[in-house]
Amino acid sequence: MSVAIWVDKVSKQYKLGSSKPTLRDSIASALALDFARKSNEEEWLWALDTISLSIRHGETVGIIGKNGAGKSTLLKILSKITYPTSGSFGVDGRIISLLEVGTGFHEELTGRENVFLNGSIMGMSKKQMQRQFDAIVEYSGIERFIDMPIKRYSTGMRLRLGFAVAAQLEPDILIVDEVLAVGDAAFQKKCLDTIQHLRAASRTILFVSHSLSAVENVCDRCIWIDAGQIRMDGDTRIVIREYMASTSNSTPEAAGLGETASRRGNGKLQFTRVEFLSPDGTPLRIVRSGDPLVIRLHYHANELIPFPNLGLRIFSEWNLLITETGTSHHGIYIDALEPGDGYLDLEIGCLNLVPGNYTISLLATDMDGALVYDIVEHATKLKLHAANVYQSGKDIDIRYGVIFFPQKWNLSGALGAVNKGSDQQPSQWEPLSK
Amino acid sequence: MQTRSLSPDAYNKVITASTVAPLAFDRDRGKSGSIAQLWSYRELLYFFAWRDIKVRYRQALLGASWAVIQPLLNMIVFAGIFGKFAHIPSNGVPYPLFSYCALLPWTYFSVVIGLASNSLTNNQSLLTKVYFPRVLLPAGTVLAGLLDFSVAALLLVGMMIYYHVKVTWLLLLTPLAVLLMVVLTLGVSMFLAAATVRYRDVKYLLPFVIQILLFATPIIYPVTMIPQRIRPILALNPCWGMVESFRACLLPNQAVDFNLIGVSIGLSVVVFAGSLLYFRKSEKSFADII
Repeated sequence: MSVAIWVDKVSKQYKLGSSKPTLRDSIASALALDFARKSNEEEWLWALDTISLSIRHGETVGIIGKNGAGKSTLLKILSKITYPTSGSFGVDGRIISLLEVGTGFHEELTGRENVFLNGSIMGMSKKQMQRQFDAIVEYSGIERFIDMPIKRYSTGMRLRLGFAVAAQLEPDILIVDEVLAVGDAAFQKKCLDTIQHLRAASRTILFVSHSLSAVENVCDRCIWIDAGQIRMDGDTRIVIREYMASTSNSTPEAAGLGETASRRGNGKLQFTRVEFLSPDGTPLRIVRSGDPLVIRLHYHANELIPFPNLGLRIFSEWNLLITETGTSHHGIYIDALEPGDGYLDLEIGCLNLVPGNYTISLLATDMDGALVYDIVEHATKLKLHAANVYQSGKDIDIRYGVIFFPQKWNLSGALGAVNKGSDQQPSQWEPLSK
Repeated sequence: MQTRSLSPDAYNKVITASTVAPLAFDRDRGKSGSIAQLWSYRELLYFFAWRDIKVRYRQALLGASWAVIQPLLNMIVFAGIFGKFAHIPSNGVPYPLFSYCALLPWTYFSVVIGLASNSLTNNQSLLTKVYFPRVLLPAGTVLAGLLDFSVAALLLVGMMIYYHVKVTWLLLLTPLAVLLMVVLTLGVSMFLAAATVRYRDVKYLLPFVIQILLFATPIIYPVTMIPQRIRPILALNPCWGMVESFRACLLPNQAVDFNLIGVSIGLSVVVFAGSLLYFRKSEKSFADII
């Protein structure tokens, strides 16, 4: 496929600080007078630092990175809003950028008038707008208010109307920046549907979002921009994983256990640390909802421990006990642990907790719980990152409860129900498969 | 499923390997900033003008009648003060007609440059979010002003009939005078709009400059009141040509110095060209510094 966008060593420099020169400064510096402000006080920032990339027609590319990493600057350069300080770039085809939907809406004009104005700004011809006006209004779902000045609209209504115009544009290249951050669930669904529609029509899409699930769901390729440079470029899942790993400052792998106040027991056996591993035994830098997970409990036994029961409890952020599990729950009967260092693995097929912060307490007792070797309350934290668990691009979070089930919906008994959504249900969810 | 941490060089190879030639930004719109591109954006120019008109008199009780009331009030005030009290001569034409004929282009010019100087800064969200040729914003204001101008011109026609003005063949040149007025206004508007993006000082300076220009231009007084020897200096003011060409076309028996008008017209063209260059040069940084 041919190249839709190419960017060659593009850099963009911004001046920091008091950016606006006044007439006085310019006149003074032109005359080289003493009272001209010293120019060496100015600080410069490289928002983009020699970025090069190329995107082919039909690719859907996610752009991720921290705030201020340079994502928006790159998109603004591609949409010709701002110009690069150096380097060159090219775009093949009609480019529409939704840097902010409803751009150019005028408060005093009615919805109808704004549709025409906005459409024209976005590059639609008057004829095209007249032809598609009904479709735009229907898509927006605000027929009743179309002749009302937009200053009386709610934020949501503006957004709907703005996106409705944008959805009719059918660009060759669409730049989407954070439109999903606002709007209700129905609106977000419409946005994603439109993007999927364009994607199906082999249009090129550049998608910027802080919702990594949405990026993962929509994009085949992902570019991670960090401090004005491309940190990584490749398969979306891998880039997102690396990105998340870099942003979580507490790496869960080396959660050592010190002597804490919340520790009790006779100390004949003590937990030394907890590790979070992937099923193949490699330490995980981040743990995501729905991932398979191995929790490795390291212990040190000072003497022979007969009939032990080792286990753990997982608590939610609000200290709700979610689950307790131990070897005795599984009917495992260990006759004795030799003195020395060892570990037990708890293998979880699908960690079906919603993203959030959890704490884990560790327990080592004898089989009936009468003798306590070691109990460490809140021994370690487990941060669960968001993941595309339903493969729908929708984030789940604490609002939807604490857990989710590995599940699918079956519509075969719902009369006349046809799934028109972009929802790709997992055909077979095997929670305990490895 | 491989991850590429690409260096710029690696990507250059990708690009050269597929032998992609630099492409025009927008194939259906021609080269950026070209006449062809501007032409393809003519509808947007129309929409900007339409928006300005729609918005201007919204929530005003008298609505678009303000287009007539404003110059009319000006004329009455000037006719009262300068015509009746100060007895300023008016070249054998009734003073109200004499002054209104010049106030017509002057009102257009002064109102439009005032609005246009803020046309970019008032549309900050547009400039930082969407691409379009930036010149459309001041140009839209200039275009929208023509509606007010036309309405006010009807009043002039009424006055000419009322005073039984005998028109000459020069009346046929009126469209050229209007064109000159638009070219000058657009030129000054582009300059002021671009300058305001960088220097907000313009906003405070402009009303003062407009005030001075009103008195430095033969609007409320005839050219004949100015000593012959300083006329060439005053004619360096492009508004001189704009105002005098209107009088020359519409009023009979005006002692018009066509040389001075010529100089003034030439200057208008220079102002236009210079402003266009300044605008084109500074528009690249609008989104960054606005």
